[in-house]
Amino acid sequence: MGSSKPKSRLEQQIDENLRKVYQQDAEPEMPDRFMKLLEQLKEQDTPDGR
Amino acid sequence: MVGDRNPNGEKPPADPRDEIVEHLGSLRAFAVSLTRNGSAADDLVQETIVKAWKNFDKFKEGTNLRAWLFTIQRNTFYSQRRKAKREVADSDGEMAAQLSVKPHHDGRLAMNDFRTAFAQLPVEQREALVLVGAEGMTYEEAAETCEVAVGTIKSRVNRGRKRLAELMQLRDDESLELTDQATVAVVQIGNQPRKFAV
Repeated sequence: MGSSKPKSRLEQQIDENLRKVYQQDAEPEMPDRFMKLLEQLKEQDTPDGR
Repeated sequence: MVGDRNPNGEKPPADPRDEIVEHLGSLRAFAVSLTRNGSAADDLVQETIVKAWKNFDKFKEGTNLRAWLFTIQRNTFYSQRRKAKREVADSDGEMAAQLSVKPHHDGRLAMNDFRTAFAQLPVEQREALVLVGAEGMTYEEAAETCEVAVGTIKSRVNRGRKRLAELMQLRDDESLELTDQATVAVVQIGNQPRKFAV
């Protein structure tokens, strides 16, 4: 099942737009926030840290 | 999808949790599609990271990390949403009813118009479309991520696409890159414009 049915032109275009929007949103201008968070979590976990 | 490692690579990552970082972009994009709001999305990603970190022992190594993270994220989102609903009565349906549709002539379909149309879809359709259409998951993977049957995902994707086409007044023989004689449905949220991450 699944991909056996060829996508219509409309579907392709919708998916194309979905991907564009998605890629825009995936560009995090603030990766710092998440990187810091990961670092903090890591520090909390490091056994020799305490 | 990202994350292919050298098949013969001998050194395993020091900490498998380090791989979470590779999925931050996707997590954020998925969060935006769920919340329709950039700062809410960031908060959701943050909570997802913390939960994933603390529950990492439940992740089965060798399985799809991104799908696992997405599952955590959507569960977090839905449980917040249930909580919020008790406080503010605002379902997707009610919100959609407030939307005014303002068709106008435009040379090209702006990405924001697509976003606005997308934001009107029910959340179940948004996530199904994003997972399958943008993230490139198979129906099976998306079904697993959303913890529903494969048929359910398929019908959500189909309904979502159909609704998008309607909202944008597209037929199968028309292009999304509209010519100026075509009318684009530009929908705006009445007096309280929602902010999308631009």
